[in-house]
Amino acid sequence: MEAPQLYDPPQRSAINIGQEERTFSLIGGIGLITFALWRRSAISIPMLLTGFGLIYRGMTGNSSLYGALDRNTAVKSNPANVSVPHQQGVHVERAVTVNRPVEDLYNFWHDPVNLPQVMGYVDSIQPIGNNQTHWTVKLPGGAKVEFDSEVYTDTPNEVISWRSLPGSQVENAGSVRFRPAPVGRGTEVHLNVDFVPPGGPLAQALLKLFGDVPNQYIAQYLRDFKQMMETGEKATNKSQSSGRKEAVQQ
Amino acid sequence: MRAVTWQGTGKIQVDNVPDPQIINPHDSIVQITTTCICGSDLHMYDGYIPTMERGDIVGHEFMGRIVEVGSEVKNLKVGDRVVVPFTIACGECFYCKLGLWSLCDNSNPNAAAAEAMYGYSPAGLFGYSHLFGGYAGGQAEYARVPFSNVGCFKVPDELTDEQTIFLTDIFPTGYMAAENCNIHSGDTVAVWGCGPVAQFAIRSAYLLGAERVIAIDRIPERLEMARKGGAEVINYEQMDVPDALREMTGGRGPDSVIDAVGMEAHGTELDYWYDRIAQQIRLETDRPTALRQAIQACRKGGTVSMPGVYGGFIDKLPMGAAFNKGLTFKMGQTHVHKYLAPLTEHIQQGRIDPSFVITHEVPLDRAPEMYKTFRDKQDGCIKVVLKPGTSA
Repeated sequence: MEAPQLYDPPQRSAINIGQEERTFSLIGGIGLITFALWRRSAISIPMLLTGFGLIYRGMTGNSSLYGALDRNTAVKSNPANVSVPHQQGVHVERAVTVNRPVEDLYNFWHDPVNLPQVMGYVDSIQPIGNNQTHWTVKLPGGAKVEFDSEVYTDTPNEVISWRSLPGSQVENAGSVRFRPAPVGRGTEVHLNVDFVPPGGPLAQALLKLFGDVPNQYIAQYLRDFKQMMETGEKATNKSQSSGRKEAVQQ
Repeated sequence: MRAVTWQGTGKIQVDNVPDPQIINPHDSIVQITTTCICGSDLHMYDGYIPTMERGDIVGHEFMGRIVEVGSEVKNLKVGDRVVVPFTIACGECFYCKLGLWSLCDNSNPNAAAAEAMYGYSPAGLFGYSHLFGGYAGGQAEYARVPFSNVGCFKVPDELTDEQTIFLTDIFPTGYMAAENCNIHSGDTVAVWGCGPVAQFAIRSAYLLGAERVIAIDRIPERLEMARKGGAEVINYEQMDVPDALREMTGGRGPDSVIDAVGMEAHGTELDYWYDRIAQQIRLETDRPTALRQAIQACRKGGTVSMPGVYGGFIDKLPMGAAFNKGLTFKMGQTHVHKYLAPLTEHIQQGRIDPSFVITHEVPLDRAPEMYKTFRDKQDGCIKVVLKPGTSA
């Protein structure tokens, strides 16, 4: 009998400081404490605290500041091979269950030209051959982002994975997996997206400040996808009548 | 067209607004012949429904004739006379297929907001705040009906508007409330409130085989209408309700209880004043005064059925009484679509004539004064029917 599976969310290692940096932190911390104890002046207490902080940082390899900035100097990867380096960038994942056979869902996703129908802000996706596509995204506020993407895994009715090609304005990678839901409940669709927001660690920190904006986008994509697949349309209250001034003056 | 719009707490007006248009392939446009003010519209009128926006067209009980159909609507044609369920449902998702139409996965365009509030989003509703989709309502001359292939139900020509209009909400809502009581022969059902939904719950409980129905209110004309529906009545201002129920049921208590009051309950006990204050200072959003008493009065192993609307948080719910008496709770917005055909059959067979509940029938333009009359229970008002296209 198969052991029951526990839900195991993807986790990042707590260690986000590289080895050299950890050594420097340890040496610096010991130095500061020694100096503070030797001087015993007004600035000794903050120096002691900083010293202990550096030792803690060096011993555990964890920096909460780096965590907040999504910065990680512990992992080195070769950016030539991957779009989003391991344990870097923003990771979003979300699932939805759609009351349709897996073939319908896979076929919709397999033809990338369909995706702008369910992906707000994605203006167009054009095939450029060789399993590659050119994406144009119009962000709120009018900024336009373009990148080329390639599908590198495509197993019918199971999974499609893609990654951006070198030179993209937004490095990103993702996958969509299809799994049968229990009898009569349709098909589970699991969407994973990783991306490196343009603008470096500061922009990433800002993105975090605004909560889970990327998460909300992905959730909306999946809601719209589900609506399109189940009903053939997206529920909307846009451009309907109301007693508001702008509507009345039309 | 003329339409009733919400302009703020206690402010309802009739405006000239643009006519609705087909937006999606499953939409239809209905020219409205009859529409009503619902008790739940009063929650919005009184400012207890969050996410209303000034200018929203309200109303969710309406019927009329199809004047335009979307490209994917195959089962309706221009001229069809239809009633429109107040819950908007797609007919294709897991919930719709199960018959849980008011829990439709796909009909709320503002599902993200509803998920944040409730975990998962229920169906969109006509004219009932942006949390439930921000759809324009039906107290108007025309309305756009999304998913009209399942959201418009053709009614027989021999039945009048007044006989069929309540299929849109209050008849199915009262019926589902009684059905949720899981009535067995010999059962006594106690109903809190004698408003329009309660009136249908009383009559539905008898249709479903209840032995006795006991109705509780304080407004004489509402108690009288309940009595005409076969209920024994209790005026809660004149007697202690749990004591009276205990005596009337030989010490057993009612087998099931229906809270047909909801979030703006009125009461006479100390807890009512507690709720008034707690609601004012935002310690709770809804006043569960009637619900508490119903839980307390219900017999052991009984059922608490809740057609009355709740939106947010309540305080001092007697969970110990509910747990230790092993009560079952059944609640939720009505799965209207499911009841349309069977209840139409009841009307056609003459087992019930829903028009009994109407006390006022006026042109649409008189809606603002009628909201006030209905809320303040003046002039014997129990149910207001509005007629678009007639002059005030």
